[in-house]
This record gives sequence, C-alpha cells and structure tokens, in this order.
Amino acid sequence: MLRHLMALFILALVALPLGATAQDVRLPENATPSAIDRNSTGGAQNLADIERRQNGAEIDDGFRRDNLGGDASTVPGLGPLGGRSDPDLWRGIRYNELPVRVSTMNKTGRVLVQDNGMWWLNFREGPLATYGIWLLAGMLVLLAAFYLLRGRIRIEGGKVGRTVTRFKAIERFAHWMLAGSFILLALTGLATLFGRKVVIPLLGHEFNSVLLTGSKFIHNNVSWAFMIALVMVFVMWVYHNLPDRTDWTWIKQAGGFIGNNHPPAKKFNFGQKIVFWGVILLGFSVSLSGLSLLFPFEVQLFGHTFGIINDIGMAEAAGLGPLQSDLTPHAEMQYAQLWHAIIGFLMMALILGHIYIGTLGMEGAYDAMGSGEVDERWAEQHHSIWLDEVKQDNRQTPAE
Amino acid sequence: MKAMLAGFLGVAVIGVVAYLGLHEIGFSSQEVYSSDNVRVD
Repeated sequence: MLRHLMALFILALVALPLGATAQDVRLPENATPSAIDRNSTGGAQNLADIERRQNGAEIDDGFRRDNLGGDASTVPGLGPLGGRSDPDLWRGIRYNELPVRVSTMNKTGRVLVQDNGMWWLNFREGPLATYGIWLLAGMLVLLAAFYLLRGRIRIEGGKVGRTVTRFKAIERFAHWMLAGSFILLALTGLATLFGRKVVIPLLGHEFNSVLLTGSKFIHNNVSWAFMIALVMVFVMWVYHNLPDRTDWTWIKQAGGFIGNNHPPAKKFNFGQKIVFWGVILLGFSVSLSGLSLLFPFEVQLFGHTFGIINDIGMAEAAGLGPLQSDLTPHAEMQYAQLWHAIIGFLMMALILGHIYIGTLGMEGAYDAMGSGEVDERWAEQHHSIWLDEVKQDNRQTPAE
Repeated sequence: MKAMLAGFLGVAVIGVVAYLGLHEIGFSSQEVYSSDNVRVD
C-alpha cells in the first residue's frame, strides 16, 4: 500500500517539472502562429500580448525571439555593424541567441539575461515547497494511521531470551554514519528551502541568517560523510538485497503487515530491499545533483540527459516535444537544485517509514542496529531462513 | 550504542576533514563561490 502511494507521489513529483518545461519549448515550425495583429506597433509587443501574459495564457514569443535582425552578409550595404538595431541586439541577449563575447574567461559570464530564472524561483517557492511538505505530512499521517490500526508488531510469545548476532560492528557503524549524516542533511536542507518562507516570519532575519549560514556549512561538509557511508552500505549489503524467490511470497502475504502471517525471509525481506534500493538509487541521484551544486557550473548533467531522452524518443512518447538540450549554465544549476530537493523529499518520506518500522513499528527491530544482537524468536518470526543459515554456520564453526 | 556513537563521530570527522581538505586543494566553498575579482573577502 505504502509502495503504491510512493510510486504515485514519485510520478506526480517527477511529472511536475516536466509539465512546466513545456512552456519553454518553442512551438514546432509548422504550427500556425496565434493570430495577433501587430501592425499597430510595427511588429513589437502590443496590448493583446501583454494581456495574455498577465492572464497566464501561453504566449508565442517567436515574434521577439526570431526577430534578431540580420548581419552584414544578409543585409548588405549597412556598414560594419551590420543590420542589427539596438532592439535586435537586446532581443538577442534576452533570448541568449546571439554569440556574445565577454571579457571574463568563464563562458558562464556570457549569459547576460536568462530566461528561466523567474520560472525556477516561482516553482521552488510554490509547487516544490508545497508538494514537498504535503508529501512528508502525508507520510506522517499514513504512519500514524497504520500505527492506530495495526498497532506495534509484537513478537508473538514474547522474547525468548537467547540472541543471535544480526549485524557486525562495521555494518552498524556504516549504517549509523549514513543515518546520522542523512538526518543532518535533511534538517539543514529543509531549513535552506523554508528559511525565507517560514523562519523569517516567525523568528526574524538575524536568526534566519545564522541558521542558514550554519546549515549551508553543515550541509556541504556532512555530504561527504553521506557519500562515503552510502558506498560502504552498498558494498556490504548489495548481495543480500538482490531479489529472490522469498520476495514473491513476502509480497503475496503483504509482508505480514495485514493479518498475522510471518512470511519467510533471508537476511533482508522485500520491504527492506525496497528501502535499500531506494536509498542507494535516490542517494546516488541526490549525490550527483549535490556535487553539481557543490561545484557550480562544473558538473552539468541536465542538457546531456535531455538530449538522451530526446534521442531515445521518450520525450515524444510523453507528448512533450523535444526537451531543450542546450541549456545555459544557469538553467543547469536551477534544474540541479530542483532535482536535488525533489529527490531529497522522496528520501525523507522513505526514511520516515524506515525509522517508524525500526523503532515504534516493530518490537525487537531496533536491537538489530542498536546492539547488533536480536532475539531468536524475533528472528524466527521475521527472518526465518536467515536464522537457519546463521545457526548452521554456528554449528559448523564451533566457538573457540 | 558504541557503533552509533562511532558513526556520528565519523560524520563529524569526515566533515572537518572535508572542510580543511577542500580548502587545501583550493575547492573550499569560499573559493568556489568567489574569485579573485571579488574583493569582499
């Protein structure tokens, strides 16, 4: 159930920025231009255009974007500056269409006016923040409802008193390094997104400034620990998280969440595998976009990705038309920030579920990561195949 | 418990090492977000 909702949320959140991107896509060449008569202004904007923009209607700005004048070869006889008037030059700069040369060495400096800034800002403060918070709030409500309906999953018959080692010290160390860094990154990330909207009205500018300066410092430096721990966790547990036949049984019995079944499982059951792969894949994605943000304008991911999506026909299949693959460096950074935040929200929602089931949701679960030793009856009821394997290993290698 | 504390300590240590290390190789946040042309710092 949770998984389906998660899938729905992911689809909704992923679809949102793509929908907004459609506004930046130019109309295909054979589309009939909107019938607006611009003779009164000699081809420039007129009242009808302004009204459409104010009402949020889609505008075809081809009359500005494509009206860049000519150069000396196409409009001969007009001297060394060619056939571009000042308005033509400014339109060329506004739409990033003219080859601009600037004195700074960095080609990022060539973008004098960028088209996507307001769209990005409005999206970040609007849908991103709103849907993100609703996702987290919804997850909390779901978990609360589950707890009220199902209660804490108890060890049937109580603990038996004998324990078996579930996680070695190095496994627990890697997990807690990942978990600790994730909590810090999540809190500082949320502070960064909501500081202006929430903290300033409540606690003032000074507090927000100190909070966000500290948040950025912590977020940027703790991220390295997260990435290292992510690699450690992947290397240690990827083998145990590969799908196998017991997963299908687990799915069919709804993991034992509904009813009183105890589906057999090896070291990790299917629910845990979802968390593992979610953390690995989302963590990898958030790390990539995070590295792009840590080294601005150096790591540019989206133009290339959009190009691939165009080439394999996915953009057309989704009905979006060609995605822009020649993004300005600023547009790249804006997409990186949005993607980073969206993936962050998804991870936070996933981890809320993980924290719930590992603490309140299931008796005896926390011991696995707390001390590394779990009660045998707990292991029998939740990871029976794994327990048998461990007991067999213990019999074959008698304690020294 | 010890593993948890060791994990948190690892986070702190790696954070400090990253901060100092990036500064050494010229990639600290201050250097990345600024340049010689900016005379504020």
